[in-house]
Amino acid sequence: MSEILSVSEITGLVKQTLENEFDEVSVIGEISNFKAHVSGHWYFTLKDSNAQINCTMWRGLNSYVFFTPQDGMKIITNGKISVYPPRGSYQLDVKSMKPAGVGELQAAFEKLKQKLFEEGLFDEEFKKPIPRYPQKIGVVTAIDGAAFQDIKSIAARRYPLAELVIASCRVQGEGAAEDIVKSIKLLNQHKDIEVMIVGRGGGSLEDLWAFNEEIVARAIFDSKIPVISAVGHEVDFTIADFVADLRAATPSAAIELATPNQDDLFGYISEFSYYNSQKMIEILRSYRDEITSHITSYGFRMPQDFIRNKTQLLDSILYKFSNLADNKIGNSRSRVDLLESKIKAMSVDSVLKRGFSYIKQNERVIARKKNLTESDSFTIKFFDGEVKIDGKEKGK
Amino acid sequence: MGKKKENNFESSLSRLEEISGQLESGEVGLEESIRLYEEGIELAKICYSTLKNAELKVTELKKQLEENIKQ
Repeated sequence: MSEILSVSEITGLVKQTLENEFDEVSVIGEISNFKAHVSGHWYFTLKDSNAQINCTMWRGLNSYVFFTPQDGMKIITNGKISVYPPRGSYQLDVKSMKPAGVGELQAAFEKLKQKLFEEGLFDEEFKKPIPRYPQKIGVVTAIDGAAFQDIKSIAARRYPLAELVIASCRVQGEGAAEDIVKSIKLLNQHKDIEVMIVGRGGGSLEDLWAFNEEIVARAIFDSKIPVISAVGHEVDFTIADFVADLRAATPSAAIELATPNQDDLFGYISEFSYYNSQKMIEILRSYRDEITSHITSYGFRMPQDFIRNKTQLLDSILYKFSNLADNKIGNSRSRVDLLESKIKAMSVDSVLKRGFSYIKQNERVIARKKNLTESDSFTIKFFDGEVKIDGKEKGK
Repeated sequence: MGKKKENNFESSLSRLEEISGQLESGEVGLEESIRLYEEGIELAKICYSTLKNAELKVTELKKQLEENIKQ
């Protein structure tokens, strides 16, 4: 006959036995009835097709869990069995947990995506436009991460006019999702921030998981500042990407989407200068053409034509005058010539009259013997006429 | 207006676009065209040198501090 035990005694023994025997166990099962209590503790049930066990995960421990557990998610827990005598119940005190496989995270992702989609958080109508020339660009990422280095160097190259306002946060592991939410809210207190980039560089699905958390999605949705999500690489899609106003494949791509390229701006400015100079030349030319057309119009030509006609008339009169003068001079000159020859002839005649004569041969006056060709005929000129003399024949 | 130009690159650029459009339209008179052109060239110069001389500024917001101020 065994010893009779009080309820407390038997419970104490059970507690001792169970807690000693199951001090450290790993249990795989599906989560149901998950509750995150305001105290910060988590309460849920792990089950499989034939059994279930109540689980508790205390605040402080659960902050190390990189994902938020969801009902239906299969997880592997690590912990110990504890017995609670007032209720006569036992439970699993969970110290750590992880998804039973990548598929579990995928499933959680799909489930949350579906839920938020149905709520309308991804709707196009809520997407805010991204400003073209932001002066202040908020950045939510780890200040010492590679992503921020990339963002800084690209911003400096593309659009150094901007100011980056970084609200640094953890981007993976413990408390990352809460930290991201705080940073987004913090940036939203600054009204002059025109756009923000929320993201991090590449990593495993676990590393990126904070960006798949519901609280992050809601903070992005609630942000008054347009959000560009930039998580991991091209192939990584997170819930943050769906709810963001614009999704960038990488942090580098995000800052490129957030800023204009200064080379383009320089191009635009010089094109403007060139184009408008051309335009100005064109405008001036068209005014000049207009002035020219007025000047050459019939009305404007009238005074000019008048002057031209009068000038022509004057010229023709002057011409006539000069002709008349020329004629007069010409006439006078011929009269003078005539008189002169008469005077000359008179002088010879007077000599002849006095009884002299002269000899002409071949129409020339022969004044010397040596100039006379005796064989030819010649003429003796007297005052009152002339006598022709035949030449001597040769040899006679 | 001079200050505004410096402070707001974007508004300078959109003013440039506006001027371009007005000159293009041919609806402004000669004197106005010349005035717009001069303003445009001046703006373009300012935009150019603003961009040329700019250096990226980085500011860090501290959470704790902000939270304390809030409380």
